[in-house]
Formats: sequence, structure tokens, C-alpha cells
Amino acid sequence: MRRDDVEAAIADAYRHEWGFVLAATVRVTGDIDVAEECVQDAFGRAVAAWASRGVPERPGAWLTTVARRRAIDVLRHEASRTRAHAVAVASEDVVEEDVRDERLRLIFTCCHPSLAIETQVALALRLLCGLTTSEVARAFLVSETTMAARLTRGKKKIRDARIPFRVPEREELPERLDAVLSAIHLVFTTGYTAPNGSELVRRDLVENARQLAALLHQLLPDESDVAGLLALIWLTDARHEARVDDEGSLALLSEQDRSRWDRAAIAEGQALVRRALAAGSTGRFVLMAAITAVHSEAASWEETDWREIVGLYDILMLTWPSPVVALNRAVAVSFAEGPEAGLLALATLADEPQLANYGYLASARADFLRRLGHRAEARAAYEEALAQQSNDVERSFLRRRLRELEV
Amino acid sequence: MSEYLVLIYADHEAMEAAEPAEGNTLMKEHEEFGKNNAASLRGGNALQAVTTATSLRRDATGKLVVTDGAFTETKEALGGYYLIEAPDLDAAISIASQVPAPHGGVEVRPIWVLG
Repeated sequence: MRRDDVEAAIADAYRHEWGFVLAATVRVTGDIDVAEECVQDAFGRAVAAWASRGVPERPGAWLTTVARRRAIDVLRHEASRTRAHAVAVASEDVVEEDVRDERLRLIFTCCHPSLAIETQVALALRLLCGLTTSEVARAFLVSETTMAARLTRGKKKIRDARIPFRVPEREELPERLDAVLSAIHLVFTTGYTAPNGSELVRRDLVENARQLAALLHQLLPDESDVAGLLALIWLTDARHEARVDDEGSLALLSEQDRSRWDRAAIAEGQALVRRALAAGSTGRFVLMAAITAVHSEAASWEETDWREIVGLYDILMLTWPSPVVALNRAVAVSFAEGPEAGLLALATLADEPQLANYGYLASARADFLRRLGHRAEARAAYEEALAQQSNDVERSFLRRRLRELEV
Repeated sequence: MSEYLVLIYADHEAMEAAEPAEGNTLMKEHEEFGKNNAASLRGGNALQAVTTATSLRRDATGKLVVTDGAFTETKEALGGYYLIEAPDLDAAISIASQVPAPHGGVEVRPIWVLG
């Protein structure tokens, strides 16, 4: 076996099998730290074993068997050291069907409401997606020390407060699932609109969010909001090529070259949305995906069915009333009924504390004013938006609008 | 099984301003809670008003300083606690969610078993 091939196989296993192997090992150890060490150890052994005997047919199962064996050794050693009762040893054979549920358990543990959302997201990326601490740190623009401390605190809380490894009961599932979906959505939006710096899309985070949503959809196929989130990721991300133009500046939906949209991704998302809507779902992610799907169906900005979009926002406001949704609805209203109506819809949001430093409120108002020809007011609103926006690409777009208004 | 301390916090001014009838209802609610969760309860007490608290600290020279009032000045003060036993945090939260806590809420803290 060539060294390069083994390295590639290991790298691939890190990306795709880490969560599977870790979840199966946590089942044996009951402790995340110990399980992580055992999994790391298994990956270490794989280097030599795969080089001499070739990459196994199912690398995930191979790694799980080795990691679990190591875990059992560690537990036996620990038990004899503390003279504790004999360890009940789980079967070493890996049945993939069983492990599917292990990953689901681990997702619900990572995204337990007793953990802060930033901790939930960090744990999910580290434990389920196999990102290293420094990768997770980079993704959220914090130092590696800060991220390491956050992960350690999170794992300590899981252990010491005994956050259980279990899938919630049916009656608590909707609420708990919503927390998981929010965490995955945050991974996606962080990747898609990086809050700072010049790189607008961080592909690895988007990919990880898609992977988590797909896994959850595979494990809970009947939960329509899971399908909704997966659809939303496919449909939104389908535009990523067109989102930044050749000079690296932000291209608005209205300006995007729609021939650069990923048609296969759109088809994937639309099929998921259609099924969820047909099942009668009005979950927030299904509706957000449905809105995105309406955009993806329009051949051009002018041909967008804005009334349909406003209608979907109206339903979304019923299931998930939030100032950000109201803001997006106002934008849709401005296209369905004109910028005047848009301004009217925005009026109630001016004093919304949640939007106090949210640059998109000022930039929406600026856009409506610009379209109405109120140049001075529009300029002031763009200035306000610029002061609140920290993403370089978004900032350069706002500056461009300001320059246009000066001519 | 693990033990958890459920700390009951309440806005002490609002508690003092409450009608006596509210106090009676609260008593009954705690009795009810105790009955419903007898199997999980390991202890619990109500505390006298926070105005009766005395805090002790040592200053930089090591001298004991005794002051009137709670250790940290907050609107919500510790008013009582339960010690409960539960298999995991979800079970503890499910019990703690039944603790009557008007004008405030509860905090759930796992007990650190030493040694």
C-alpha cells in the first residue's frame, strides 16, 4: 500500500468516520475524554496496520472495533486500579445499525439546552465532525486557547452534571430537536456569512453543517424540520459561486448570474421541501427553505414570485415570530408592493432591541429610500449600516452604494 | 445516581411585599412538591430573609471583616434549597422544574463527590 494512499484514506476517515467511531466508543466508556483518546489511538494504529494490510473495506467499522477494544482495556485497567466492580464489557463486534443511534445520542448530548449555544456548536464540530480544536477555533475566530477551554468546560459539564447520552422522549423531542437544528444552522450561517474578515464563505463549515443535517435527516427521516434545514442548506449554498463576483465583491441576489447556480443542489433542496410541505409541515426551517426555493425557481430577479414569498413569510411569522423574520418580510413586501410599503413594514422594527446593532435593518431602509429617490436619507442609512457591519465584503458593497448615490 | 442541589432564587423585595395569602399558597405548593417527589428528596430548607444574612470575608491583611447582607448583592437572593437525587441532569431538571419559585427561578448544581 502506498504511503500517499494510506494518508488519503486516514484523512478521509477523519472527515467521514470520526463522529461514528467516537459515538460508538462513548457508548463503551461513558466518558467523552476517554473515548476521544481511544479513537485517537485507533487512528494512530491505522497508519501502520493499513500500510501493511491495506485499507479495510469498512474503515469506520475497523476503527470502531480497535477504539472500543482499547476502551475496554482502559476501563479494565481503571477498574483493577481502583478495585471497582468488574466492568460490564460490551460486545466488541460493531453492528452499524446500533451505531447509528449512538451518533444520534451524541448529537443530543452536544446540543443539550443546558450548554451555551457556542459550546454546543464547538462540541458538535469537534466530536461529530472531527475538526481539531485549532480548526474549530479558526472557524469561530477565537484563539486556540479560548476554544480549548470552551471545549474542556463543555465536556466537564457533560461529565459532572451528568448530561445523559440519550435520544429525548417523543414529547420532548420537538423542543430538543429545535435546539440541535439551531446549532447546525449556526454552523451553516457562520460558514456562509463569516462575521468578520474578507472570506465571505468558509467552505469547510458549510460542508460540516450539511454533513450534520444530512446525518440527522438519515437518522430521523420523518422529522420534516430536519428535512427543511437540509433543504435550506442545499438551496442557499447552491448560490455560493454566484454570490461573489469576479472582483471578489458581494453580488446581491438581484445581481447574481443565475447560470452559475448549482442546479443539482437546487434539485436536491427542492425535492426535500416539496416532500415536507406535502406532509403539511409549517416548521420554520421548512418555510425558510420554501422561500429560498421560490427564489431558485425564478429565471431572473424580475420574475420572482414576491407575493408567494410574502405569503410564506406571513406563515413563518405565525410559527416563528422574530424581528429578523419581520425584517426579511419587509424586504419581500418592498418588492411585492413597492418600497413605500416596505418602509411601512419596517417602521415597527426601529425600536426592536434585537435589531439595535443589526446592520441589515439600516441597509434595508437605505435600499427602500434609494429606490424611492430620497438620496440624502438613503446615504445616511447606508452610513449607519456601514458602521454596524464588520464583514469586509458586505462593507465594500455598502461603500459602492454610497458612491453611486454621490454621483 | 447523582445528587444535585436545587437553589431557589427570588426577588426578595417582591417576596417581602407579597400578601400573606401568597405565602400560605407557596407553603402548600412546597408541601405538594415534597409529597410528589419524596423518593428523590434528600433534604431541603427555606432560608430566613436575605436581610438577616451576615457575610464574612478576610481583608488583605487577613483580618476578619464581618458585614451585614448577602455575599453578593443581587436583586434575586437565595431563599431556599432542595437536595435531590437523580440519575442524570434531564431527570434533575424534570424534578427542579416542579419546585415552586415565584418571583424568581431555580439553579441546578451537581454535588461534587469528594474522595
